[in-house]
Amino acid sequence: MSTTTVAHHEEHAEHPSGIMRWLTTTNHKDIGTMYLTFSLIMFLVGGSMILAIRAELFQPGLQLLNPEFFNQLIGVHALIMIFAALMPAATGFANWMIPLQIGAPDMALPRLNNWGFWLLPPSAILLTLPFTLALFGIGDGAMATGWTFYPPLSVQGGIGVDFAIFAVHLLGISSVLGSINIIVTLFNMRAPGMTLMKMPMFAWGWLITAFLLVATIPVLAGAVTMLLTDRHFGTHFFDAAGGGDPIMFQHLFWFFGHPEVYILLLPVWGFIPQILETFSRKPMYGYKAQVYSLWAIGALAVVVWAHHFFTAGMPVPALLYFMYSTMAISLPLAVLFFCWIKTMWKGSMSFETPMLFAVGWIILFGIGGLTGLVLADVAADAQYHNSYFVVAHFHYTLFAGGIMGIMAGTYYWLPKMTGHMYSEKLGKLHFWLTAISFNLTFIPQFFLGLAGMPRRIPDYALQFAEFNMISSIAAFVLGFSQLLFVYNIVSCARGGKKATDQVWEGAKGLEWTLPSPPPYHSFTEQPIVK
Amino acid sequence: MVCSINVYNMASLNETDALTAKQQIDLKNKKLVRKLIWMVIGSLLFAFALVPLYDVLCTLTGLNGKTNNTAAVLSTAKVDETRWVNVQFTTNVMPGLGWNFYPKQASIRLHPGKIETVIFIAKNTTNEVVVGRAVPSITPGIAAANLKKIECFCFVNQSLKPGEEKEMPLRFFVSPELPRDVSDMTLSYAFFPAVK
Repeated sequence: MSTTTVAHHEEHAEHPSGIMRWLTTTNHKDIGTMYLTFSLIMFLVGGSMILAIRAELFQPGLQLLNPEFFNQLIGVHALIMIFAALMPAATGFANWMIPLQIGAPDMALPRLNNWGFWLLPPSAILLTLPFTLALFGIGDGAMATGWTFYPPLSVQGGIGVDFAIFAVHLLGISSVLGSINIIVTLFNMRAPGMTLMKMPMFAWGWLITAFLLVATIPVLAGAVTMLLTDRHFGTHFFDAAGGGDPIMFQHLFWFFGHPEVYILLLPVWGFIPQILETFSRKPMYGYKAQVYSLWAIGALAVVVWAHHFFTAGMPVPALLYFMYSTMAISLPLAVLFFCWIKTMWKGSMSFETPMLFAVGWIILFGIGGLTGLVLADVAADAQYHNSYFVVAHFHYTLFAGGIMGIMAGTYYWLPKMTGHMYSEKLGKLHFWLTAISFNLTFIPQFFLGLAGMPRRIPDYALQFAEFNMISSIAAFVLGFSQLLFVYNIVSCARGGKKATDQVWEGAKGLEWTLPSPPPYHSFTEQPIVK
Repeated sequence: MVCSINVYNMASLNETDALTAKQQIDLKNKKLVRKLIWMVIGSLLFAFALVPLYDVLCTLTGLNGKTNNTAAVLSTAKVDETRWVNVQFTTNVMPGLGWNFYPKQASIRLHPGKIETVIFIAKNTTNEVVVGRAVPSITPGIAAANLKKIECFCFVNQSLKPGEEKEMPLRFFVSPELPRDVSDMTLSYAFFPAVK
C-alpha cells in the first residue's frame, strides 16, 4: 500500500519538537503513546503501594505501616490501578489501533483527544498529593475509605476525600471525552466498505465500552458530587439524621461500579480473539456470536449492581433478582469462552509471548469468572462478603483478566508501534514469572477468605500467618518481574531487530498492511474494504 | 469542543469536492457529538433523579425498612384476634449524642389492628441542652408499611435539658393486611444528633 504511506498535509509537514510536540499533539499515535506511557508509570506507582501493603501483611501484628496509612494505600492503590493504569492502557490502544484497524486517518476529534489525555496527569497528582501534604503537616493524608467512598466514613474523612472526589471528576471527564471520541470515530470514520459487522473485534469491544462509560460515569460523578455537598454544603443525601440514606450511595456507586468492571474488560475481550486467530493461523470462530455476546454483557452490566452489597439488607425478591441476573451474565460469557477456545481448536498454533499471555489469560480469567459465580450466590456471599475471597476473585478478573490481557496486547502490537521486535526470551520469562507468582499470590488469598480473613485490615489472627507469608513473597516476585516488562518495552522502543509490516505470520487486518512503525500520518487516503 | 479533521489529505481530490467531503464529515461528527453530550447530561440528571426515586421506592416497598414518617389515621378495621404478632424494639444512640435511650419493654405481643402504647426512655447525660432526632427502621422490610404509627417521638426533634430524663410514648398498631407469614417484626430506632 504505497499510496497510503507518506502523503501529508502542507501544514503538518512540520510539527513542534520536544515537549511542545507532546503538549500540543493531536496525532492519534502520539496520544496513544502518551496514554500507554502514563499507564505504565501509574501501574508501577500503584504496584509499589500494594507492595508496601504486602510487606505489612507479611507477618501478623503491626510492623511497618500505621493502620491509617495502610487504609489510605489500599484505596489509592485501587483508584490508581483502575483509573490511571488499566483504563488509560485500554484508551491508549484504542487511540493507536482503532484508526489503523478501521482505515481512518486519525480519531474523529483530535483536539478533544489531546485534552482527554492531559486531564489525566493532574488527576493522578490530585490523588497522590495528600500523601505529600501530610508530610508537611497539612491534612491527614489521602482518603482512607477504600476506593468505594462509602459514607458515613467518607463524609467524616479528611481532605484526602476531597482530593479524591476532584480527581474522580477529572478522570471521569477524561474518559467520557475519550469515549465520545471513540464512538464518533467508529460511526463516522470507517473505511468505505467496512460495515459495522466487519469491524475488528477490538473496535466492537471498545464501542460497547464507550457507551457504558457515557452512560455510567456521569452517575459516579453525580454520586461523588453529592458526597462533596454532604461534606461541605450542608446537604443530607447520605445522612440518615437529615432524612438521607447511606445505602443509597452504595446503589449509586455500584450502578457505575459494576459496569466499570466490564469497561475494564471489554476492550481486552476485543483484542484477545484477534491475538488467538493470529497465532492459531485460522479465522476467528463465531464473530457474530461474539459481537452479540459483548452486547448482551454490556446490557446486563447495568442491571445487576446490587450484588456488591447483598449483605446491606434487601428484601428477598430483590436478592433473588440480583442473584439470577448476575448469574445470567455467565451465559454470554460462556459463549465467548467457547468461541475463544474454538478459535484455537485444530489451529496451527505457535506460542510467542502474546499468545502465551492470551492462553494464560483464558485460564486465569476463567478462574476469576467462576469464583464470581460463587460470590453471586446470595447464601454463599453472606460468608464471603468483604473477605479475602473477594480480593482474590477480583484480582483474577482485573489483574489476570485486565492487566495480563493488556500485556498480551502490548507484546502483540509493540513491534507494530515501535518497528522493532522485542526480546522474545525476556518476554517469555516475563510471562512465566508473572503467571506463576500471580497464582502464588492470590490462590492463598482464596483460602484466607474462606477461612474468614476480612479485607482492608492491616493486622490478622495468627492462623492466617502462613498463607499471608506465601502471598507476600509471591507478590514481591510478581512486582519485581514487571521490571522485565518495562525493560523489554524500553529496549524495544530504542532498537532491535527490524519488524516486518505483517510482524506475525498469521496477522490479519488493516493495521498489519502498514509499515512498522506506521508513518506519522497513515491512511490519508482511506483503503477500500471488500 | 467539536474539532476539525485537520490531518485529512485531500490532495487527490479536487478543491471543491475536498471541501464538501470534509464539511460533510465535520457535520456528521458534530451531530453525533451533540447527541452523545445529551446522553451524558441525561445520565447526570438520572443520577440526581435517583435520589427522590429511591425514597419513593423505599417507602412503597419497605426496602431498607423505611417507614412513612407521618402519623397514620386511626384504623377502623376490626382487630384480627385470630393471630398474634410479636414486635421487638431495639435502640441505638449514634456517635455525638450523649444520651441513654432504651424501651421500657423489649417486645410486645399484639393482635393486628389493636392499638398499643410503648414507652421509650431517653436521658441526657451531658451538661448541655441537646437536640436529637430518632430515625426508625423496620425488619423485615416487606412488613415495614404495615406498622402504623399514630403518635411517635420520631416525628419531630426532641430536646433534652442537662440531666433531663423523658418518657417518650409510641402509639401504634399493626395493620391487619400484614402478610400472613410474618409473625415477628423488629422496630429499631437510631437516635442521631439533630441536624441544623
